[in-house]
Amino acid sequence: MAGKAQKAAQFDVKEQFEAVENQFQTLQILNEEGEVVNEAEMPELSDEQLQELMKRMVYTRILDQRSISLNRQGRLGFYAPTAGQEASQLASQFALEKEDFILPGYRDVPQLIWHGLPLSQAFLFSRGHFKGNQIPEGVNVISPQIIIGAQIIQAAGVALGMKKRGAKSVAITYTGDGGASQGDFYEGINFAGAFKAPAIFVVQNNRFAISTPVEKQSAAKTIAQKAVAAGIPGIQVDGMDPLAVYKAVSDARERAVNGEGPTLIETLTYRYGPHTMAGDDPTRYRTSDLDNEWERKDPLVRFRKFLEGKKLWNEDMENEVIERAKEDIKNAIKEADAEPKQKVTDLMEIMYEEMPNNLKEQYEIYKEKESK
Amino acid sequence: MAQMTMVQAINDALRNELKNDPNVLLFGEDVGVNGGVFRVTDGLQKEFGEDKVFDTPLAESGIGGLAIGLSLQGFRPVPEIQFFGFVFEVMDSIAGQMSRMRYRSGGRYNMPITVRSPFGGGVHTPELHSDSLEGLMAQTPGLKVVIPSSPYDAKGLLISSIRDNDPVIFLEHLKLYRAFREEVPEEEYTLPIGKAAVKREGSDLSIITYGAMVHESLKAAEELEKEGHSVEVIDLRTIMPLDVDTIIASVEKTGRAIVVQEAQRQAGIASNVISEIMERAVLSLEAPVLRVAAADTVYAFSQAESVWLPNYKDVIETAKKVLNF
Ligand SMILES: Cc1ncc(C[n+]2csc(CCOP(=O)(O)OP(=O)(O)O)c2C)c(N)n1
Ligand SMILES: [Mg+2]
Repeated sequence: MAGKAQKAAQFDVKEQFEAVENQFQTLQILNEEGEVVNEAEMPELSDEQLQELMKRMVYTRILDQRSISLNRQGRLGFYAPTAGQEASQLASQFALEKEDFILPGYRDVPQLIWHGLPLSQAFLFSRGHFKGNQIPEGVNVISPQIIIGAQIIQAAGVALGMKKRGAKSVAITYTGDGGASQGDFYEGINFAGAFKAPAIFVVQNNRFAISTPVEKQSAAKTIAQKAVAAGIPGIQVDGMDPLAVYKAVSDARERAVNGEGPTLIETLTYRYGPHTMAGDDPTRYRTSDLDNEWERKDPLVRFRKFLEGKKLWNEDMENEVIERAKEDIKNAIKEADAEPKQKVTDLMEIMYEEMPNNLKEQYEIYKEKESK
Repeated sequence: MAQMTMVQAINDALRNELKNDPNVLLFGEDVGVNGGVFRVTDGLQKEFGEDKVFDTPLAESGIGGLAIGLSLQGFRPVPEIQFFGFVFEVMDSIAGQMSRMRYRSGGRYNMPITVRSPFGGGVHTPELHSDSLEGLMAQTPGLKVVIPSSPYDAKGLLISSIRDNDPVIFLEHLKLYRAFREEVPEEEYTLPIGKAAVKREGSDLSIITYGAMVHESLKAAEELEKEGHSVEVIDLRTIMPLDVDTIIASVEKTGRAIVVQEAQRQAGIASNVISEIMERAVLSLEAPVLRVAAADTVYAFSQAESVWLPNYKDVIETAKKVLNF
């Protein structure tokens, strides 16, 4: 009996979980009112940088709105809305250098655009045209991953490659709260940890994987704490706070390029729109109360307030960005429209370095068909 | 009798089996509250409770492994893989584990699992949502592979699949989900796994096909009839095991055959069918047996899929080669 009691004292489950919970508090710098609540963590950003980040968020919100309406008009194909996730997506990309490599999920098109992917290609990707995936030389990204989680372990590979080459850069990958349930997620953070590879794993926890609430994904209270099992740092940030996201990613980047290995970052965020534009109906699984609660945390609203308080932002600046975004989108759609429809022979040409005989034979047949 | 789409017929079959057998469990990504991304499981969680119909964490390998474990506990799992292009994530559970469990355990354990999954092209999905990967399943000993082409068949075959004591891969063509309605009895009925259906009788040519290509083939047969050709169309319905008897009887009657599949030429089931014909009925043939299939590329990016996918015109073209041989 005495032995049993002693054992219980040594291993108290409740205590263990309390300790975990205490370690994973949400990092916030700007609150919903745009007030700095955590001066100590304030990242070093110039006024111009702060303005640039705001411009990107406004621009991307417009891009989202336009993409949704273009999709409804049948002028875009597959599209996963991004509104609500701007801080999480753009402030994380903002902390990167050009040579850092992004491995995105299907919702992470904005990061690619700000990392250098031309908008017209983003539209071609949406339309299901292979030209959208032909990443220009010097843009260090891969096209959005459709298979949830596949990019995560690949990021460990990119990062290990960078380490072997002695590069001072990082691989960053994005997934969602659902994606963090895939085996590839655990393998990815574990491999990167084992190899001390310069990787950053961002899990954008927008509370839902299509209809499935995050509470159903795992018994763990946070996704950030999963880092502990992999032996790497993990941090949870307010994903509606651009400064907190920026800070977490730039710290992670610094550790990574200094040889200290990978970091897992969980951003708490929300997607305002449907899962994708292909028939998802959020009213089946979300309440409008929850929607409203999260819209009050909006990243643009709080960052605007913050910048206005510093006299760094005004309506004219905002309108200028909106007009520029609309203009860019119009031009990019034109460019995408000008791209010739892809042919089956185009697809045959990109299958192998050299066409095997089965394809060579079929190529002739399709060439003939396409010439009619 | 009621007019049902394939989605409704499958939903009806699932409801029937949940009522019929307390060991039936439905699970997968978004199958609960959301009723599945195509609403195939609509209303079932509400009706049968979360104990029977539940969402899983997002992991296909997890879903497969869970099905195996639940089978070891005497349940009859009906897991859903949200799109069959994600099957690669659960390939070990399917091809390395559940297909072998009966054999491995010397018959001690069986896996009465029905893996349901939508597949097939023509609806402009992103990559890896439309691929015809049934060939991978059909070449895996220990699995049965069922692909219905109509609401009526879907209901009867799904009930049979769920009641089958071995693993069945039940593939639902995306384009057929809501393509048309037909009379489907509200009461339960079963259709035998491994039995093809003669969709249309004819004496000059046998078209052997399955899935969405059944409809392209029927359309082709109608056109060919206008030109005086009498064409028989066989819907395999089950691609593993093949209904060799029906295939051979037809070919012996017509002396000419083509096999139509949506999958790439190098993949899929057509080569199997043709081998069976060569081994069993070569002397009945008046012409070589030809294939209609997609090109040997990865499933086409959506903007090119309408050209890439075989259609009734391709069927007519190939049929004429064989008819005029
Ligand atoms: C391997 C795999 N399984 C399932 C899907 C289908 N699917 C697409 S998005 C999604 C939910 C993902 O949720 P989450 O990871 O939280 O990302 P979010 O969409 O919320 O950004 C699912 C199940 C897929 N694309 N790939
Ligand atoms: Mg999510």
